[in-house]
Amino acid sequence: MAEATQAYEVGRHPELPPPRSEVGVLGWLKHNLFSSPFNVVLTLLVVWFLWTVIPPLFEWMVLNSVWTADTRKECWARMAVPEDGACWAFIKGRIQLFIYGFYPHPLRWRVNLSFVLLVLAIVPVLYDKLPGRKYALWYAAAFPFIAGWLLVGGFGLTPVDTDQFGGILLTLIIGVTGISFSLPIGILLALGRRSTMLVPRVLCVLFIEFIRGVPLITLLFVAATMLNYFLPPGTVFDLLVRVLIMVTLFSAAYIAEVVRGGLQAIPRGQFEAADSLGLTYFQAHLTIVLPQALKISIPGIVNTFIGLYKDTTLVLIIGMLDPLGIGRASLADPVWLGLAREVYIFVALFFFICCFSMSRYSLYLERKLHTGHNY
Amino acid sequence: MAVVTGTGSDTRNPIARLWGNKKARSVIVQIVTMAVVFGVLALLYRNVVVNLAAIGKEFSFDFLNAPSAYDITFSPFIEYNSRSTHLRAAAVGILNTLLVASCGIVLATVMGFIMGVLRLSKNWLVNRTVYCFLEFTRNVPVLLHILFIHGLVVTQLPVPKQAMNFADSFFLTNRGFFFPAPVPEAGFWIVATVFAISVVFVIAFGRWAKKVQDETGRTYPVFWISTGAIVAATAVAFLAAGMPLSWEAPALKGFNFKGGVAIKPEFIALWLALSYYTSCFIAEIVRAGILAVSYGQTEAAYAVGLRPNRTLQLIIIPQALRVIVPPLASQYLNLTKNSSLAIAIGYMDVVATIGGISLMQTGKEMETMMIVMLTYLVFSLIIAGFMNWYNKKMALVER
Amino acid sequence: MSDVASPGSKPGFSSDVMIQMTGVHKWFGEFHVLKDINLTVHKGERIVICGPSGSGKSTLIRCINRLEEHQKGRIVVDGTELTSDLKHIDTIRREVGIVFQQFNLFPHLTALENLSLALIWVRKMPKAKAEEIAMNYLDRVHIPEQAQKYPGQLSGGQQQRVAIARSLCMNPKIMMFDEPTSALDPEMIKEVLDVMVELAESGMTMIVVTHEMGFATAVANRVIFMDFGEIIEQNDPHNFFENPKSDRTKLFLSQILHH
Repeated sequence: MAEATQAYEVGRHPELPPPRSEVGVLGWLKHNLFSSPFNVVLTLLVVWFLWTVIPPLFEWMVLNSVWTADTRKECWARMAVPEDGACWAFIKGRIQLFIYGFYPHPLRWRVNLSFVLLVLAIVPVLYDKLPGRKYALWYAAAFPFIAGWLLVGGFGLTPVDTDQFGGILLTLIIGVTGISFSLPIGILLALGRRSTMLVPRVLCVLFIEFIRGVPLITLLFVAATMLNYFLPPGTVFDLLVRVLIMVTLFSAAYIAEVVRGGLQAIPRGQFEAADSLGLTYFQAHLTIVLPQALKISIPGIVNTFIGLYKDTTLVLIIGMLDPLGIGRASLADPVWLGLAREVYIFVALFFFICCFSMSRYSLYLERKLHTGHNY
Repeated sequence: MAVVTGTGSDTRNPIARLWGNKKARSVIVQIVTMAVVFGVLALLYRNVVVNLAAIGKEFSFDFLNAPSAYDITFSPFIEYNSRSTHLRAAAVGILNTLLVASCGIVLATVMGFIMGVLRLSKNWLVNRTVYCFLEFTRNVPVLLHILFIHGLVVTQLPVPKQAMNFADSFFLTNRGFFFPAPVPEAGFWIVATVFAISVVFVIAFGRWAKKVQDETGRTYPVFWISTGAIVAATAVAFLAAGMPLSWEAPALKGFNFKGGVAIKPEFIALWLALSYYTSCFIAEIVRAGILAVSYGQTEAAYAVGLRPNRTLQLIIIPQALRVIVPPLASQYLNLTKNSSLAIAIGYMDVVATIGGISLMQTGKEMETMMIVMLTYLVFSLIIAGFMNWYNKKMALVER
Repeated sequence: MSDVASPGSKPGFSSDVMIQMTGVHKWFGEFHVLKDINLTVHKGERIVICGPSGSGKSTLIRCINRLEEHQKGRIVVDGTELTSDLKHIDTIRREVGIVFQQFNLFPHLTALENLSLALIWVRKMPKAKAEEIAMNYLDRVHIPEQAQKYPGQLSGGQQQRVAIARSLCMNPKIMMFDEPTSALDPEMIKEVLDVMVELAESGMTMIVVTHEMGFATAVANRVIFMDFGEIIEQNDPHNFFENPKSDRTKLFLSQILHH
């Protein structure tokens, strides 16, 4: 034999390290980056692309950025290379606007308190090993109403007009309201769609398919321009409330489809077992079917929520000032003209952080479900 | 009416007995639901009538035949000016929606498939780079992407006077992308006819090649032969007919380019943003679809001697498509619906024309919004119909 | 190098060497899964490979038709050396058929199409002829009546028989079986083994990874025991089962026979 290999007694061959070209840095490079001519080309292309994009971007965003200045000109003057850096001073100076919108200054403690309460409400929803979670969940269910009272006022608090809401506050209001109210409505719609009774089924199908068939923006237009026509004469409805109703109905239709998928995944045996125990329709669903179906649907539900959260930006088209709207409005300020990139990157980062964490959470749940379910 | 409720000696009152019967209960519930729904609808109808009367409006579609009195700068398919009717404005809007949606669908599909396949690559660097792009893009609202790209086009590209000039015929400016328009001259019909004939020939050739394979087992590189035949035949005809095609190059006149084909910045922004945003979701769908085909299928195909490209064509793609197509169709629908965000940057789609300016000018909120919603519902129905057909056709036969 | 004499090969056998593995090593990452494998398979030999799970027996046969790549040593199949040369791989894959534990039938094709696919696309046969051959082989595995059914409509045993027929269609010189009965319900194991016995009787060169010791006794010329990525022992079935030499073999046999 050409290669001289040491002979070992049968059954006593030791574990040898693999050839050096197979492992370590070399092996990794060979298998991951240069396994074929095509891959070599691909790798070089990507390296070139990253090299042309990342260093200048980093320079613009970090090295050459300015954090304190009062005008765009001042910003540029402070840069090592003029006009070639991010002027974060612009965002920093308007951060209050981005967070609170035009909420009256002296009352902003109420917004801050709501943010804190929101965090307290989210924790038990996300984390199922919390001691006393049951009571915490009741609090979470009550949270939208508590926060609503804190923010709008009345009943002892100074009332605040909803058209002063804006920025991240507005995003959170629409997002949280949409999320908390669309879930129960969506579940009801899903049950209705699977009902054996013709009339509720047809109604639910019509509603779900109608909502899913039209863009959200048309529903927001309806909310903004003509919802009042359908209400008894003289009723005046706040625009924010109208938007909240539409957003809730919109995402409820999508939730309904996700939950329907979960219901379909429940084996027939579960329904038969519930029937044989003599449970009524509602008992069977509340105690046996829904808990299982919802558990399966959670990743889909979270994905729907991510979509809803991103869709809150659409309200700027009907003139409400969410972070993107605030940013657009700020761009018109003559002192800060032409800093669109800073605004878009800031708003994009805000949404990315929120949505990416939600999607990671959904992934974590999905993995947990995959290991936990073995039937 | 005798309702049998199992035991004969039921002493409850008739209504309670009726309620105890499952079928009767179902009928009662349905009648009540129906009554409530009709009641609510009637109430809403009454409210609308009263409210409209109070402000002196009436519900009618007559306004559609009135002149719109506004301009639409982007109407590539039909003639339109400010004397045209609202109906025509709606048609322009619908066509523009269809245009940006179909262009978006094509680009999003191409980008999505490429990125989905790259995500499966063993090349770590490529895989991670694509992953980062996907995660970032799809976790940021599509409206922001649209505004951002529009902003880039409008503010970062040069004014027409300093246009980015490619070979004196392609110009990239903040007013849009301009390139030469083909102008057919006398005799161009020959080229067109030859092209059409070669397409027919190629279709026939494909069928013939299949038949030959069935009969003799010989295979032809059908794709290359077809492409070659079409290109060669058309080129020969083009030269033989004396190149009956001239190009109308765009030229700078005053502050903007005139002539040639102009693609507006609004269209570019909407098209690109919708495409790459949707392509991120398509990439995930494609990746999942390919992963859904177990590696054992590839191994089995290799083991019987199939080459990797044939394995892909005969084994992997047909199976992956079953998984990919249904969610893909719903992404197409999403893209179409998201194209309604056109209004944010002033692209004249159906929401911006009939649902925007026409609504403002005529005050016909109900009527215009009904037209807009109906448009999207029809799109949805078409795509849903296709999906049902495909699912039925493709369902794997199981026991 | 001394020829690794196969103790089971009787003098009456043709000495044509079908597979020659010399000093083959394979690693999965840092894990040394095949250690210095030397194996010669002659024409018409029927070899059963057994051993505990994770001992490298599946990897061994998957290396023979390049479903796994070995990193050291030589593998020569019927005169063709296995290298990264695609032509060699094609040649070898045409000569070596493999049947998988999980059947790996193509679910979007009927049983008949599963068989005729490779004949049409690899052997470039007319469709009618391919289907005729395919029907012949379905007949050989006793399920001609299932030709138009999809894999999802067949039982496990039937699926595995279609899979065997699919490999046979290509007219291979060597058939390899990777635990062909492990994924089957007990009542279906026999129908698959029967087909394999018939195949053995027809003189096919076979390498079978299995724990079906009854099959080994009845059919094999040689039984190979693998553990920790090594060939520990090989012998003819009688001697292998009656007086195993190594302790590991004894332990393994006691575990599977007195289970």
